[in-house]
Amino acid sequence: MARFALLLLLAPFGLSAQVSFERLLNAEEEPHNWLTYSGTYASTRYSLLDRITPANVGELELKWVFQAQSLEKFESSPLVVDGIMYLTEAPNTAVALDAARGRVFWDYRHNPSNLSRPCCGRVNRGLAMLGDTLFMATLDAQLIAIDAVNGQPVWRNAVADPSAGYAMTLAPLVVKDKVIIGVAGGEFGIRGFISAYDAETGEEAWKFYTIPGPGEPGHETWEGDTDAWQHGGASVWLTGSYDPDLDQTYWGIGNPGPDWNPAQRPGDNLYSDAVVALDPDTGELQWYFQFTPNDDYDYDAVQIPVLADIGLETFSSGRQMLWANRNGFFYVLDRTNGEFVRGEPFTDVNWASGLSESGRPIETPQPPGETTYPGVQGATNWYSPSYSPRTGLFYVPAWENYGSIFWPEEQEYQEGLRFLGGIPGTPIPGGPNIPSLRGSRINNWTEAVGTGAVIAIDPVTGEHRWKYEMTDVTTSGILTTATDLLFTGGREGYFHALNAVTGDLLWRTNLGGDIANGPISYAVDGTQYVAVAAGNGLFVFGLRN
Amino acid sequence: MRRLLFGVLATLFASGQLMAQAHVGQYEQADIAYGSTLYATYCVVCHGESGDLFPGVNLRSGVFRHAASDRDLRGILLDGIPGTTMVPGAYEDAELVALVAYLRNMDTEIGGVALGDATRGQELFQGRGDCGSCHRVAGQGPRFAPDLSAIGAIRSAAVLSRALEDPHGSTLPMNRAVRVVTADGTVINGRRLNEDTYTVQLIAADERLLSLDKADLREYTILTAWDLPSYADVFSEEEVADLLAYLRSLKGMN
Repeated sequence: MARFALLLLLAPFGLSAQVSFERLLNAEEEPHNWLTYSGTYASTRYSLLDRITPANVGELELKWVFQAQSLEKFESSPLVVDGIMYLTEAPNTAVALDAARGRVFWDYRHNPSNLSRPCCGRVNRGLAMLGDTLFMATLDAQLIAIDAVNGQPVWRNAVADPSAGYAMTLAPLVVKDKVIIGVAGGEFGIRGFISAYDAETGEEAWKFYTIPGPGEPGHETWEGDTDAWQHGGASVWLTGSYDPDLDQTYWGIGNPGPDWNPAQRPGDNLYSDAVVALDPDTGELQWYFQFTPNDDYDYDAVQIPVLADIGLETFSSGRQMLWANRNGFFYVLDRTNGEFVRGEPFTDVNWASGLSESGRPIETPQPPGETTYPGVQGATNWYSPSYSPRTGLFYVPAWENYGSIFWPEEQEYQEGLRFLGGIPGTPIPGGPNIPSLRGSRINNWTEAVGTGAVIAIDPVTGEHRWKYEMTDVTTSGILTTATDLLFTGGREGYFHALNAVTGDLLWRTNLGGDIANGPISYAVDGTQYVAVAAGNGLFVFGLRN
Repeated sequence: MRRLLFGVLATLFASGQLMAQAHVGQYEQADIAYGSTLYATYCVVCHGESGDLFPGVNLRSGVFRHAASDRDLRGILLDGIPGTTMVPGAYEDAELVALVAYLRNMDTEIGGVALGDATRGQELFQGRGDCGSCHRVAGQGPRFAPDLSAIGAIRSAAVLSRALEDPHGSTLPMNRAVRVVTADGTVINGRRLNEDTYTVQLIAADERLLSLDKADLREYTILTAWDLPSYADVFSEEEVADLLAYLRSLKGMN
């Protein structure tokens, strides 16, 4: 064994794959990998891999399964780097496994403090990577750097106080040498923020409060001399995007709090329910666009900012952002400056009759006791949409025929307790407020309380090119590929492959559990894989050998 | 914490053939060892390593004010003690068994091991002991051997002392050195990370993570031992005590 020790001394350290910022910038040039939460900085969830085609998709077979040791919703989107998959298992276990075989190299378990109080499940949506370090944002609001080779923690930074309702569930975003995160807690009266940390040391580099403080522009949108802004929510619980040419990073901001009682927080409540463009080096605000001012309905703008250049030069710079919002409208924005380009409802909407020239909703509040569409869970939610530059279509997981009755109530803020300002009800006697995401095996209510669909929208015209309807609502993200395949799931547990041009079903399999993450595709040694979580497992498919 | 490794550790100790220390008694050594790692995770922050940080509470004394039986102890671990800072914990059955086993044997586990000077121990670790040429601590050193950054938080002094005395016997089977010859004749030396019937996962000497199909290998050898001396022969008793003090001081991140 002496020769073994010698060999070790001679071997240079750190030969394992390093994910440089350069690689993150050019992620589309290595489609066999999946380097960020959404695959690329543009967040289109579009894969250039082309081995799996409409002609052979029927030959997909299960290659391996990773069973999580957690009964929580599996919302994590894996990263794949040169044959190794890195994912999180709820609540905060990072796992490295062989992406071709599913066998585990290491796992690192962080036990979040029992002071943490996430609103909606002890979930996590995945990791970010830079160099050979992984970054995990935890339920107890810590950012932890983990050595990707041996799974050991490298540093951690306690970002916020979990006992005051701050939590983190999102996958961080790495831009240059910084790790950017945001905090959840919009149902606990937090004051939201987005912040960046030095990837090497974990030191905070900047912090952008999503609610401006006194003296800052936008503070006047929290009208009156109250402390509403200090407990106004505006959480951030989904990964942003980045445009390297404009050097702007884009983040969707959550609802104002208390969720359902706007009377307690008069004004537009910036930057709740908005998208903000930040300078990734300083956190300085470049522009914002607010989708839902003074929100009555919990219409978080917590969706993935999809960056696409769709050829609308006559209307704008030619650099767009596509956004199907929880409030039921589909928006095209100019991402150089946040100007509104076009927008229209993509599903049932009655809280507003349309959008003004500047994109502000023309509100039509429903009388007390009447149903508002979309309902509280939204026309879509955090489930990743996809944009295919080949078809030129934007694909969104949507909830249709889904409404709620909103009952606002005055509520006093108490630190660490839910701060909701009322509770929405269902218009269906005896029905569920929110169709349960993990409820009964029997679909008791669905067509009455809402149904699911994938809608293919032409962003140039706003036209719906096709719609794939599901009986139950969907919580699944969408993946498209360079062979015009579209992969998605749903709450019913079906994993579907559709023709991205026509919406025709090409293949399906039943995975027997709620699909609550976005499918990804990657390749190892020339074999293309498609991975999707269902229930408590991650299922990986490839073509029959 | 690494459940997998705990499991392996438990298996190692439970086998009895590998460890001379396996007790014949009420508590399995495997449970005691597992319990010590759980204690280091869940209990040490408040109770301290010696279990005596609260006035009037000495977990090593064998006398518990609110518990007479093991069943009482399990109840306290699960429910806490109302009106005190002892909080409830969501432990699984195996964890409860292990924690109780450790609490009942804590005095023996901790006692009898001399701890010296951590600063001198660190010098030995980096200098004459040459431990840092294989083991990584706080981001320094190779990743090939197990990372020791938090070893003082997950191993008791007694366990570490045994490991220094008998490195071979203390190595988890999963951590053994393996030698692989692939179909094209490439030789790979590595440390095993995981293995099943058809595949093996290892970290190669150049720190690459590799996953291999056994059927594709020309040779796959599990080497029985690392080239580690018994440090009892290398260091004086005082030096071993210093080294132990240093290892116990490695608690990972704050």
